[in-house]
Amino acid sequence: MPTQKTVATTGNFLVAEAMRQCAPDVMAAYPITPQTTIVEEFAKFVAQGRVHTEYVTVESEHSAMSACVGASAAGARVMTATSSQGLALMWEELYIAAGMRLPIVMANANRALSAPINIHCDHSDVMGARDAGWIMLFAETAQEAYDNTIISVRIAEHSEVLLPVMTCLDGFITTHSIDRAETMDDESVAAFVGEYHPTYPLLDTANPASHGNFSGLGGPYFEFKKQQRVAIDASMKVVKEVGAEFAGLSGRPFDVVEGWGMEDADIAIVVIGSTAGNARHVARQLRAQGVKAGVLKVRVFRPFPATELAAALRGVKAIAVLDRAESLGAEGGPLFLEVRSALYDLEERIPVVNYIYGLGGSDVRLELMERVYSDLSDIAAGATAPFGLTYLGTR
Amino acid sequence: MKWDISHVNEWKSEDFPRAAVIPESGNSNDYNVGGWRSERPYRNDEVCTQCLLCWIFCPDTAVVLDGEKVVDFDYDHCKGCGICANECPTNPKFGKSAIEMVPEGCELPGVK
Repeated sequence: MPTQKTVATTGNFLVAEAMRQCAPDVMAAYPITPQTTIVEEFAKFVAQGRVHTEYVTVESEHSAMSACVGASAAGARVMTATSSQGLALMWEELYIAAGMRLPIVMANANRALSAPINIHCDHSDVMGARDAGWIMLFAETAQEAYDNTIISVRIAEHSEVLLPVMTCLDGFITTHSIDRAETMDDESVAAFVGEYHPTYPLLDTANPASHGNFSGLGGPYFEFKKQQRVAIDASMKVVKEVGAEFAGLSGRPFDVVEGWGMEDADIAIVVIGSTAGNARHVARQLRAQGVKAGVLKVRVFRPFPATELAAALRGVKAIAVLDRAESLGAEGGPLFLEVRSALYDLEERIPVVNYIYGLGGSDVRLELMERVYSDLSDIAAGATAPFGLTYLGTR
Repeated sequence: MKWDISHVNEWKSEDFPRAAVIPESGNSNDYNVGGWRSERPYRNDEVCTQCLLCWIFCPDTAVVLDGEKVVDFDYDHCKGCGICANECPTNPKFGKSAIEMVPEGCELPGVK
């Protein structure tokens, strides 16, 4: 069993530590608030000789992901980290990394997108990347950010997956707050992630291969997209297996959706990231008053755990989906759209309401969670569910 | 590895190599790209000094040699870029160079 050490540090330092322990061959990154301390700390590890990584200082995130794509095609284990506008600048390479089936692992410090300029937490950046073909893991805490990073490497490089993985943590709330966490010894992490054996590395000059090819005029582009769909769907099994193996090793739970009080909940909040803690705190208080409140946290957003989510929500009388991102012009936030769709095949028809909250780092106070549960209690008791979405906590 | 693509038109999604990787080198030779050409190089054999600059500068493999002599162009791979005609030096004896670009579909100079 691994030796574990209890530390008090930030989510970003833990991501950098996990990355060092997973020992990427190449990191190409550009600093951006609130991701900066990940790449800063990692650069320090390189300078100290504590990791063998070739650290590429690039002039933009567009170049960062381009360098990652090249290095990964060459056969390297590759990592990077970004946030917000940086992720947005990577947009075309995100699709290329996924389409080329390159197992790049990237941390994202979830932050709002301009305009207006805002450096604080929401999920606008990552939700904009949700259709790029990346596997997406979300951390609630610094501990989960550490665990997810290690798990991501194994998932990405798995021979049945070979897809890039984004491991997301909430900007400032998780990236910069000092939290209690446990880290594993280097040898156990190294043994868990194993060595990466690329299939067609460009640097294998004895077996030349060509990457990033043209699919031809009227060629099989459609067939390659089907390969990607098959791969990301099939990755759910691998995500669960690798997560379970890591849970066994670390003693910390991992599941694609993680419930609290969901066994007998009448009302439930579905949420992603750090706000799950706020919701759980209020649910616990409500439980003490006899209200059967539950929280369902989505830890893996891609592939979307629709079956698992529907199973966990069966029997609930009213559901609130909390979105920390807008999908402007759509019927609701990105999580809401997926959750409501996942529930469509259930025989029972459960009222589902959508709250947009915390945009641009707007405070997620406990009374907001109390209000959501109060609305849900009314709906469960027969009140008409409000049509459309609700902005939670705006003036 | 030898990659047999003779039945590529019957392949299903799962038959293609992952992510359009081509697991073999040199097979662009099997792919006809001559259809892009709007002008073709024409070489006057009488004027040609056999300096082979066209063969050196051709970005594809479209200048065909027989031994150390240019004999033809491979029009399945010549994209009509004109680099060969640009590099072809003037033969002082004739006061012109051997390669010129002519529009596709026209009658070749000196050819009836």
